[in-house]
Amino acid sequence: MINNSKAARVFIYIGLVFWLLVNLFPVYWMFTFSLKSNSEIFGENVVGLPKEWLWSNYASALKTGNMARYFLNSAIVAVATIIITLAVALMATFALTRLVWKRRKTLNKFFMLGLTIPIHASVVPVYVMLSRLNLLDTYWALIIPYSAFSLSMAILVCTGFMNEIPREMDESACIDGCSVWGIFFRIIVPLMKPAVATVGIYTFLQCWNELMFANIFISKSALRTLPVGVQALSGQYTTEWGPIGAALVLATFPTLFIYIFLSKKIQESFIAGAVKG
Amino acid sequence: MQRMYSKKIYILLFLLPALILFCGVLIAPIGASAYYSLFNWKGVGADMEFIGLANYKELFTSNSIGFWKALLNSLLLAALSVFIQLPLALGLALTLGKKVKGERLFLSVYFMPVLISTVVIGQLWLKIYNPDYGILNVFLRAIGLESWAKIWLGNKSTALGAVFVPTLWQYVGYHMLLLYAGVKSVPPELREAAMLDGATDGQINRYIVLPYIKPIIRISVIFAVTGSLKSFDLIYVLTNGGPLHSTEVPSTLMISMLFLRNRFGMGSAIAVMLILLCFGFALLISAIFREEK
Repeated sequence: MINNSKAARVFIYIGLVFWLLVNLFPVYWMFTFSLKSNSEIFGENVVGLPKEWLWSNYASALKTGNMARYFLNSAIVAVATIIITLAVALMATFALTRLVWKRRKTLNKFFMLGLTIPIHASVVPVYVMLSRLNLLDTYWALIIPYSAFSLSMAILVCTGFMNEIPREMDESACIDGCSVWGIFFRIIVPLMKPAVATVGIYTFLQCWNELMFANIFISKSALRTLPVGVQALSGQYTTEWGPIGAALVLATFPTLFIYIFLSKKIQESFIAGAVKG
Repeated sequence: MQRMYSKKIYILLFLLPALILFCGVLIAPIGASAYYSLFNWKGVGADMEFIGLANYKELFTSNSIGFWKALLNSLLLAALSVFIQLPLALGLALTLGKKVKGERLFLSVYFMPVLISTVVIGQLWLKIYNPDYGILNVFLRAIGLESWAKIWLGNKSTALGAVFVPTLWQYVGYHMLLLYAGVKSVPPELREAAMLDGATDGQINRYIVLPYIKPIIRISVIFAVTGSLKSFDLIYVLTNGGPLHSTEVPSTLMISMLFLRNRFGMGSAIAVMLILLCFGFALLISAIFREEK
């Protein structure tokens, strides 16, 4: 900014702050109308803070809208997906970076195809497969496809981190009498914590927000995830905005809350996922 | 150790779970979709009648299905992303990349919408666009532009644009973050050398930074285009392809074929087209960037 005039700098700041407000305002508006009555939202008090904080909107979203249940479902699916993705990806990456065999570069490229394959294109075959295995309307109907679609990114990230672990670690463990399993579980996995965090965050966001599979593979309302639940709720409350706003906040709050504390790590995981691919 | 690491049994054991999951859910379905697309098929449990390429023929020639319209819409969204969203993201990345006060705060807030579920964003913008009480029309009326207030999502001429705005709002931050990471990776010596030679900010961006981050720009363009081809969630929530197919894209078309009209064969044909388009455009964009070198 050395050779910029003061006027130009002010101009740049106005632009940056304007875009900041564009980003924040819809979210602010969502938070405020989740606590308002219809009469405030529809005219008396459109953009201000709620005059009367109507927490009952949250009660209706949680009880009538069943959001507590959907929240739990989403959490179960997300946690299971993260665990499976990480276990499978760490093992595969170990074989792709450590074990010695001929075609490992080719196989690595093969796994990277998954970064381009659109998730939507496999809806029919996966639906057929799940129905044959009697897994439709179970958590597995989401956990299995989500894990599979997170795998390429997970292997990509893990490969980067695992290549940085010096091979001398393996060798000295081997001399000490460690088996392959021992090296993997006692030496490699504990050193992969940064990769685990990156993959975990990325996978969490993918499955927490996914709509199409969740909408199609689950028809029992007790097993719905948050995105589908929010959709259903907005169909129920077409005229009352407060409870819908409350549901939107409930679905968004966990991710934003984590983001406040881990913003840098979350941004890094998105960069790692894209730039290395 | 070399001998221990070359044992076939370990290689197989470590790879097996990944191979099963990956091939079972990602690779095999491509073949299965191609196979199903050759049938007239009403859904799981129903009889399958082999009809060859008739689904594709109908897809390309029938006006009532409207595949071309859907494809055109998604290409239009792709063009808007590349020519409006990316330049905006690039501008923000370049500005934030040269040590602005409050850099972290701006960056973190700009990236925030990426983390919000698309369903939530869709529902939120449904409220923003609401013809009677939505914040957009309320604002237009308040500043005396009553005549500009519209039924944004219900009007054939505005619906596609109205669908694009939330997409832009959500993903500018994503592209900005990638490009910003690139801008930050430019070695400071290059910048300093150019500055000593008397280059202006604009010249540094044009001749040093942009060529340096070209690989990331390429990735951003690929993501923007394939993302538009794949777009589903937001459109499903906002308009579900309507009014009168004016916001229809291939994936909404596919879903309505499958679950409204029970045409699983035709739905599979659209899925195959989606895969081909995504790979085709990814290769095409890579080739364009390579040629420019």
